[in-house]
Amino acid sequence: MDRAPGADASVDPVGESLVRARGLVKRFGEHTAVDGIDVDIAPGEAFGFLGPNGAGKSTTMRMIGAVSPPTAGELRVLGMDPAVDGPAIRTRLGVVPQTDNLDLELTVEENLLVYGRYFGLSRATVRARAAELLDFVQLTDRAGDRVEPLSGGMKRRVTIARALVNDPDVVLLDEPTTGLDPQARHVLWERLYRLKQRGVTLVLTTHYMDEAEQLCDRLVVMDKGRIAAQGSPAELIAAWSTREVCELRFPLTEGGPGPAAHADALAPLTARGLAERVEVLPDRLLLYTADGDAALSAVLAQGLQPVSSLVRRSSLEDVFLRLTGRTLVD
Amino acid sequence: MPGPAAWSLFRQRLTAHRHYWRSSAIGSVLEPVLFLAAMGLVLGSLVDRGPGVPGGVGYLAFLAPGLLVAAAMQTATGESSYPVLGAIKWDRTYEALLATPARPVDLVAGHLLYVAFRVTTSAAAFLLVLLAFGAARSPLVVLTVPVALLTGLAFAAPVTALAARLEEDAAFAALQRFLLVPMFLFSGTFFPVEQLPAVLQGVAYATPLWHGVTLARDLALGTAQAGPALLHVGYLALWAAAGAVFAARALTRRLVR
Repeated sequence: MDRAPGADASVDPVGESLVRARGLVKRFGEHTAVDGIDVDIAPGEAFGFLGPNGAGKSTTMRMIGAVSPPTAGELRVLGMDPAVDGPAIRTRLGVVPQTDNLDLELTVEENLLVYGRYFGLSRATVRARAAELLDFVQLTDRAGDRVEPLSGGMKRRVTIARALVNDPDVVLLDEPTTGLDPQARHVLWERLYRLKQRGVTLVLTTHYMDEAEQLCDRLVVMDKGRIAAQGSPAELIAAWSTREVCELRFPLTEGGPGPAAHADALAPLTARGLAERVEVLPDRLLLYTADGDAALSAVLAQGLQPVSSLVRRSSLEDVFLRLTGRTLVD
Repeated sequence: MPGPAAWSLFRQRLTAHRHYWRSSAIGSVLEPVLFLAAMGLVLGSLVDRGPGVPGGVGYLAFLAPGLLVAAAMQTATGESSYPVLGAIKWDRTYEALLATPARPVDLVAGHLLYVAFRVTTSAAAFLLVLLAFGAARSPLVVLTVPVALLTGLAFAAPVTALAARLEEDAAFAALQRFLLVPMFLFSGTFFPVEQLPAVLQGVAYATPLWHGVTLARDLALGTAQAGPALLHVGYLALWAAAGAVFAARALTRRLVR
């Protein structure tokens, strides 16, 4: 698993970015999937594309992966143009797609052995790499098993091992833990974190906020093909949310007043600067505030009686929902 | 032009094939034995009691090389229909391969290499059965194997192109029912197409299968002539080459978008 000597020197000697996009656009017929985005991804960082379904994350990943030609704009990956140098770029990428696409007729080990040969690696090299990688994803004891009956988490780990067989400079992960149970997700996060520590650049898409906070140094929030915001998780929270959130839950009585009726009673709080913003949901009121406990005391002092209350730190989820809305996206 | 990644796909398919080669090998021997016994020997004894087939040979010797080629057609289309659509759509293995330096043209070439392997090994098994049945009349009978290979590719390549354009697999059933089975029955495998009405004869001459069957039969019976033989080879090669070009284009349009 050691990085090949000189691997860093081979990284784009001119620009600093491994991935650089300017005004990148992708259209499918009438539909604009990616609508003019600028992205810079530096060597060694873990960069995330966050967004609801249909935001254009996967399309962006496919363009970076040199399998989908951009409609317009400029794109450089590893200093090369994907439209011209697709195979040369792909030689140095590792790709973990949204849906596992392992060869189900092969064993776990065969999947790695066979895949490595596409990168022009010798039999001996691939064999050694496969053994290391199976150890890395903790599947050495399943090496000879057919892939098909494996659990989702195991298949995911095989896919990740396969993506690393060519010792890539950049690993693209499209929703790496969607559909996995919490145990499997944490195992994966830990393995990805190790990769990052070895200097591998990670580019991932996710709609899990905890995943973005765990893994990403920097991220962009995408919505409807555009970048809505970017920065580190902490920067995004500072820019788009308050330090804390006070959640007040009210009973949902049939034909009753509901939380909206209480929102007016909170107006004095915002006036006094105790809450920056109040969001009204069908079952809850959210008070965005610097000091959640003070806000809660003030609420109770107003005579409001929520059935339950919760004071918590702001999370990326608050940023995400603020930027991309609460409406369901299909 | 295809690059080295084609060999990687060939290797990948061989690795998968190793897991079930036994059952496939048994089929490759058993099927010709059954066909040659039932149709060549039993049905053939009735045919030979009548006016018989032209050229003064027994029905078994007439039938066997034709069946060898027709079996190649079935193997090649079978390997190029559901498995190719599966690799595109269901298992998405082609998507995985296009994330490597491989390009669609490499995948088409690698797939056809594997089909070539499957057809050649099956045809070789068929040839051994044919020899065991004493159905050969010329040492040139060994050339029926390359003829089967070429015929197989003349079907595999266009069917691959079709598979690369399909969303649903229903068209494969239609292909089998309305094209392959009629071709199998009426393109000279079981009787000379001269027995057909003139219009249908013309249709039969246009099918790649008739060219493959006729060439293989001429070789097995020792009646092959250079001119017609070249024509048959050229016609089959045309189908294979055009099919491969269309397949690479269709796969690019499907997967690189």
